[in-house]
Amino acid sequence: MTNIIDKPVVPVGELTAKDFKTPIDVRWCAGCGDYSVLAQLQKIMPTLGIPRENFCVVSGIGCSSRFPYYVNVYGFHTMHGRALPVASGIKIANPDLSVWVITGDGDGMAIGGNHFIHAIRRNMDIKIMLLNNEIYSMTKGQYSPTTQQYSKTKSSPFGAVDYPFNPIALALGSGATFVARSSASNPKHLSYVMQRAAQHKGVSFVEIYSNCVIFTDGIFDKWTDKHFVDENAIFLEENKPLIYGLNRDKGIVIDNLAPMQVQLGEKYSENDLILYNEKNLALAQMIATMSYDNELPRPFGVFYDVEKPSYDELINKQITDTINRMGPGNIDDLMRGDDYWEIK
Amino acid sequence: MEKRIEIIEEVTVRFAGDSGDGMQMTGTLFAKNCGAVGDDVNTFPDYPSEIRPPADTLYGVSAYQVHFGSKKMNTMGDKIDVLFAMNAASVKVNIPYLRKGALIIANSSGFGPSNLKLAKYDSNPLEDGSYSDFNVISIDIPSIMKEELKDLSLQMKQIDRTKNFFTLGIAFWLFSEPLDITIQWLKSKFGKKIEIFESNVRALKAGYRFAEQSPEFKYRYEVPKANMKPGYYRNITGNEAAALGLVAASKKSGLPLYLGSYPITPATEILHHLSGYKQYGVKILQAEDEIAGIASAIGASFAGNLATTTTSGPGLSLKVESLGLAVIMELPLVVIDVQRAGPSTGMPTKPEQSDLFLAMFGRHGEAPIPIIAARSANDCFYAAYEGAQIALKYMTPVFVLSDGYLAQGTEPWLVPTLDELPDFEFEFAKDPNDYKPYKRNPETLARMWSIPGMKGFEHQIGGLEKENITGIVTQDPKNHQLMTEIRAEKVAKIVQDVPDAIIEGEQSGDLLIIGWGSTYGAIKNAFDKLRNEGHKLSFVHLRWLNPFPANLGEIINKFDRIFIPEGNMGQLGFIIQAKFLRSVLGYHKVQGKPFTALEIEQELIKLLKEGK
Ligand code: SF4
Repeated sequence: MTNIIDKPVVPVGELTAKDFKTPIDVRWCAGCGDYSVLAQLQKIMPTLGIPRENFCVVSGIGCSSRFPYYVNVYGFHTMHGRALPVASGIKIANPDLSVWVITGDGDGMAIGGNHFIHAIRRNMDIKIMLLNNEIYSMTKGQYSPTTQQYSKTKSSPFGAVDYPFNPIALALGSGATFVARSSASNPKHLSYVMQRAAQHKGVSFVEIYSNCVIFTDGIFDKWTDKHFVDENAIFLEENKPLIYGLNRDKGIVIDNLAPMQVQLGEKYSENDLILYNEKNLALAQMIATMSYDNELPRPFGVFYDVEKPSYDELINKQITDTINRMGPGNIDDLMRGDDYWEIK
Repeated sequence: MEKRIEIIEEVTVRFAGDSGDGMQMTGTLFAKNCGAVGDDVNTFPDYPSEIRPPADTLYGVSAYQVHFGSKKMNTMGDKIDVLFAMNAASVKVNIPYLRKGALIIANSSGFGPSNLKLAKYDSNPLEDGSYSDFNVISIDIPSIMKEELKDLSLQMKQIDRTKNFFTLGIAFWLFSEPLDITIQWLKSKFGKKIEIFESNVRALKAGYRFAEQSPEFKYRYEVPKANMKPGYYRNITGNEAAALGLVAASKKSGLPLYLGSYPITPATEILHHLSGYKQYGVKILQAEDEIAGIASAIGASFAGNLATTTTSGPGLSLKVESLGLAVIMELPLVVIDVQRAGPSTGMPTKPEQSDLFLAMFGRHGEAPIPIIAARSANDCFYAAYEGAQIALKYMTPVFVLSDGYLAQGTEPWLVPTLDELPDFEFEFAKDPNDYKPYKRNPETLARMWSIPGMKGFEHQIGGLEKENITGIVTQDPKNHQLMTEIRAEKVAKIVQDVPDAIIEGEQSGDLLIIGWGSTYGAIKNAFDKLRNEGHKLSFVHLRWLNPFPANLGEIINKFDRIFIPEGNMGQLGFIIQAKFLRSVLGYHKVQGKPFTALEIEQELIKLLKEGK
């Protein structure tokens, strides 16, 4: 692990993580990655200075979508794929709320794919946590839009020929203003990334690798297991060079408009490496491709973070601006319209 | 010269021309004038579904029909009495709808060789006797207007554009109506563009003068005033009325209005109108698809807005799953379905009443939803308003059914004030210690409503079956039965807010007509006519289709025969037969056109002759 900003997570009010737990028994399999995400969310919620009643957790359908039942705030477990439009309606109706969507790779990328790109395009001020386990787990093991090609699953006994989505690239391509990746198996990093997502005004997208012990156990190990993480993962940090490796002796440069891995030493020094810049979209898009169709390390951390007014803010501002300019409308005048006549 | 004056009770006029001829505006202005002089008016636009079809073609004809007179009109009129036609195509496509002996006032400049070719005429029908069943007056409007406007140095194209106001001038003369209302309108619209204002006012007056002086116009008509209640009136389409009904409901209930919608013909104008009401705090998401439209509305409802979604058949098909969520969440939601001819894409601009089954039954699981159907353009206002009242009072989604005929047609609307409209009955939970998400009001069975932002009421619910009162997820078998029954009972209880059905005509006897939705006007006119002629008949019109009025069963049992004309293959008939175990005589029209009063009348005469 690298030197991720290691601030302690401190509640700001009277409430603590405990107050964000419901009395319901959590029903995920023992060892499921979703537990870790739930614990982090409950831990950071009391630190954000937002009254508990102003939180809303919304989900679709799937293992991870059981989330709202376990968080003691306003919770809405909706339909398969539809968490984002429901959450959008909630946020537009009441922009004071902190709205979190918990989704999975099937729910968010397949049946909810259209809503995913459009909620992001609108920069809806919603925190989207995509708990990626690269499988449909709730329906017992079919390949999903993030399943790696040729994986054998219940519905692809000969190997899935589908090409998978890269959720980070999809979010960036849809116009996201905050994009990050973390892993349930790295609670510290996850906590940091989720806090960053919470603080971001506008849409926040976090892809979280969440190991499914039943159907895809170990698929993320090569990037998240402590034996491999140093060699196979790279942690993005603002204004720091892209450096990694057990001995921190490898880095990423840009060569021929593409990221390239280099060995530090004779030919390259730290000064040659990319200095990460969270506001550089082209860079984020380039880094997002890493390890998908090349042999580069897989990036974790915040890929992109820029400010842009959100849909809910703009639509409500249009209303207040109009009322400020023209006064609140008189409904009787509106009903009568301009083209009326009187019968005496 | 002396002109004969004829007094008539009602008349149907159609303005027809090429899509670029401004016939919609002409018809709208004429209809407003008829209303303003005290007549009742019913209108219907008829335009191509293509945006800018090729000029002068048969499929490029745009028309606007105005039915007006001294009694309640109820329909757009059966047959056309007077046709104003700007070109050859616009006469040709309207021939089947002309009354024998109808007056055609044709702009002869629209009958040139290329017009005739595009209208598929081999020779000029104005000259070859093709229109011998009708009275034809042909006028070369552009050449008259060229003379009228010669001092204004306008191009021929601009002169040509004045022909609709010339036509309007003729129409006003023909029906003895004043010009000043239209001149006022032109002033407010084009007052600053002097040339447009001046040329159109001159065209209007020239048309009037022409008819007065031309020996071809031998008589003019006078239509006595209708017996209209005093007050402010406007002509309004069903879609605009629905939009206003929702805004009025929002103001009266105190909840901000939220619309999640996806553009679809013929419902889109509701979205257009509501998008303009920023001053009234209306929040809109033009969603990425129909599903997102309703799903976002469900979210807005969860967060405490008065939420609505608007659609038509294909969109409603996509919203079906979400409706089930609204049912099990027991959240208020107004779903406006402006029905069109289906299945699939069907005939997008053409009306049909074929979504009743979908509204009534179209969900997986047991998921009852109340249904109210507007019976006229104006009633779209009250149906939307009432839909919102019921949605909030009973914590339920509510269907408001309209159709393409009501959506685009207009009639004068006696505009109410907000004060005159009924109050809303609903409340948010007050005591967190007493709060359970599915604790119910014993009278309505509405569950307690609390929304995000209310401290101490945090709860977690969703599409999974939940325990009564607590709302906690459970698969307990008895509980599911109980909740299913409660959801059904709740919708059934709405009957306490549904006014009893009223029988017009004989209070018992042989033949009862039952109507719903937009068939009201045609049935009513046919019914009144036959009653006046001494036939024994009865008529009940249903606005509430789920639940039915409490006395409907009793009424049905007072009659030997039940007759239900509807714009589908017998959907209400099917439901009535199933519910009341009575066989029903149907009359089904699915031609993309509303019933005419004449069609209903003929069917009724047949039934009356057959006897029991
Ligand atoms: S099946 Fe997989 S994803 Fe679902 S709860 Fe079990 S471990 Fe978690």
